[in-house]
Amino acid sequence: MTTTTVPPIESTKPASEGAWRHQHVLDLDDFGRDEIETVLNLTDRMREVLDRRIARVPALRGHTVVNLFYEASTRTRASFELAGKVLGADVISLTASASSVVKGESLIDTVRTIRAMGSDVIVMRHSSAGAPYLASEQIGTGSIVNAGDGAHAHPTQALLDLYTMRKHFGDLTGKRVVMVGDISHSRVARSDMWGLAAMGAEVVVCGPPTLLPRGLRVGDRPAHAETGLPRVRVETDITKAIEGAHVVMALRLQNERQQGGLLPSMHEYALQYQVTAARLAHAHPEHLLMHPGPKNEGIEIAGDVASGQHSIIEEQVTNGVAVRAALLYLLCGGTATEALR
Amino acid sequence: MSTLAIHNARVIDPALGRDGIADIVIVDGRIARVGPNEGDAVIEADRIDATGLVVTPGFVDLHTHLREPGFEYKETIASGTLAAARGGFTTVCAMPNTMPVLDSRAAVESVLREAESSGHVRVLPVGCITAGRAGKELSPAGELARAGVVALTDDGDAVGDASLMRHALEYSTVFGLPVAQHCEDPALVRDGHMHEGWVATRLGLRGRPASAEETMVARDIALAELAGAHLHIQHVSTAGSVAIIRAARARGARVTAEVTPHHLTLTHEEVAFGSSTDFRSIVYNANAKVNPPLREQVDVEACIAALRDGVIDAVATDHAPHAVSDKQLEFDLAAAGISGIETAFGLLMTLVHSGQIELPTLIERLTAGPVRAWRLDRLPGLEGIGTLAPGALGDLVILDPNAEWVVDPTEFASMGKNTPLTGRTLRGRVMATVYGGKVVHALEGLAV
Repeated sequence: MTTTTVPPIESTKPASEGAWRHQHVLDLDDFGRDEIETVLNLTDRMREVLDRRIARVPALRGHTVVNLFYEASTRTRASFELAGKVLGADVISLTASASSVVKGESLIDTVRTIRAMGSDVIVMRHSSAGAPYLASEQIGTGSIVNAGDGAHAHPTQALLDLYTMRKHFGDLTGKRVVMVGDISHSRVARSDMWGLAAMGAEVVVCGPPTLLPRGLRVGDRPAHAETGLPRVRVETDITKAIEGAHVVMALRLQNERQQGGLLPSMHEYALQYQVTAARLAHAHPEHLLMHPGPKNEGIEIAGDVASGQHSIIEEQVTNGVAVRAALLYLLCGGTATEALR
Repeated sequence: MSTLAIHNARVIDPALGRDGIADIVIVDGRIARVGPNEGDAVIEADRIDATGLVVTPGFVDLHTHLREPGFEYKETIASGTLAAARGGFTTVCAMPNTMPVLDSRAAVESVLREAESSGHVRVLPVGCITAGRAGKELSPAGELARAGVVALTDDGDAVGDASLMRHALEYSTVFGLPVAQHCEDPALVRDGHMHEGWVATRLGLRGRPASAEETMVARDIALAELAGAHLHIQHVSTAGSVAIIRAARARGARVTAEVTPHHLTLTHEEVAFGSSTDFRSIVYNANAKVNPPLREQVDVEACIAALRDGVIDAVATDHAPHAVSDKQLEFDLAAAGISGIETAFGLLMTLVHSGQIELPTLIERLTAGPVRAWRLDRLPGLEGIGTLAPGALGDLVILDPNAEWVVDPTEFASMGKNTPLTGRTLRGRVMATVYGGKVVHALEGLAV
């Protein structure tokens, strides 16, 4: 195993191969297709590293990544930890409580303190939409990666979804991607919409009207705001939505929705919106089935299709580590030309 | 004997239908004479040359949060009334969501005492509708009326219980107090942090739908008609509310209404994009977080039309100062409210400059309009409030409708620096404010 060095964090040198303009990764709404492709191309390289018998390169040796999680998470946190470790970064994971606000330590204080200790990248998950934006405005140098903020965004999940789809289709232009479930509360759906739109895919969202956010239908917002949200088709009938789909993504349904009066019952939801083999029969014959996890089999997705031949759910998880490694590498000043040998 | 003579102003006094060049002479705190060259006849006086400027009665704000007692880290009666003076307001109606809340004679009297000693302009306290502002039992409206409150409200929250609201309206008629409601159905706005619409969807924030306001406006008007009471709708923000109020007034219901400068000029896009129309990237601007939330362009236009034709009686600022530590938080944890009393006139003038409302009409909604809405001139000591008739209170404001200035909250007299307008250029400025014959605010450069 030979090593390469990456430029120091202060480097403002533009990537010589592939576009990259971001100090922070907060959402995909401000990503161009060129930048997304830079990340996905580099993810291919990271996959090669992960497939080695000893999956380690020292590309980020001397860099520190802090996982600052205000909300419980197993898989996303583990995925970022592994991504950092694969590249040789020091990784620290902190579980903070949103209630630390009550104790007098504000989010801004916490982020500034962690930055002052010398972290290069703060990976942040928070139950409040916009929390990583607040952090990014206050941090000065260094980077913030949004690992999920409330019902707003989850850009690294979206990038791994795009990567996984691209792996199978090569090009996403014109591919029909259908997301089914609780669109209102889904940060995954929001980020996926932006990413898919940027890559030229056709996006359909489907769910009961109580779980569809306002303004998504193009006609529901004023003409001048057409570009304010990604262009999507909205359906409440799952059969119509799935028709001809290249990708069907089932979204996790939280138990709380029933108590909130948004759904009669989980059983009723499953009856109307569960992704089943019968419903997938209307999809494109070569369709892929995805789920951002953790999944409730028997609620939003039938057990047999979740582990069936069209399912690429496990592949998503593996790709998650690679895509996060690619992002950390880019944020720490690495460029796509430098081989990760 | 003290005399103040203001020379050669365009005097706009909507209560008297006056609009023309005149001098104004104030003697011992009351308007003595208004007319061409009247100032020249006065031998000994402090003088202000108002050539090229506009003089109107002092503005009256039906909706001001002074925060004292209890939240002196956000604002005090001293700082809030100085901010009012800078904004051209000589009378402010102080909201009761203080700590303790204004639901007792003792609390109301403490505000009046503090205003007497440290206030820069007149403070008229407003009492709570319900005891403790808790929405469970009626407050002692009679005791509050005797202590000097001019209206009742649980502002910040609505009285959600329809039966309790009905009884509050019925009981208020004994004392002739308007019952002012912050109309947002609590169940429909729970956990909501901005207007429910495409911007909230973009930001992943739970919304506060327009219908939360409209259903309660409709409900309360029906209850007021049942009770034969005077209902005042605070900070109207939606086109639907305007339509409901318009219909109610047409059939003679005793309903009055106010609208804020920000609901007349800004939309929900302000939260995520500021004044930019590039929707590529977003911010979460807690300084644009306010309840009711900033709405959509159609709502703004409906509110302007209603203000113009009098369906909305008054502009009220809903001046809501907060400390930086209340605002520099995750958006859903940040306090709601805009520190707006010092930017009100400049912001409202954008409507005049764009031809959406005439200056005399706007002045009416800042002076005679609010006085009429709450019949403030019926109160002892307030005869002649909101006009410049001889014998009236010597409260007036000197305005330059064309002076441009850049909003810089660090220069606010208010302790609340929470404005979404930072850095914006406004055209229209309060040059001086006279309260009871005394100059309580004057910009440098005003020719004296």
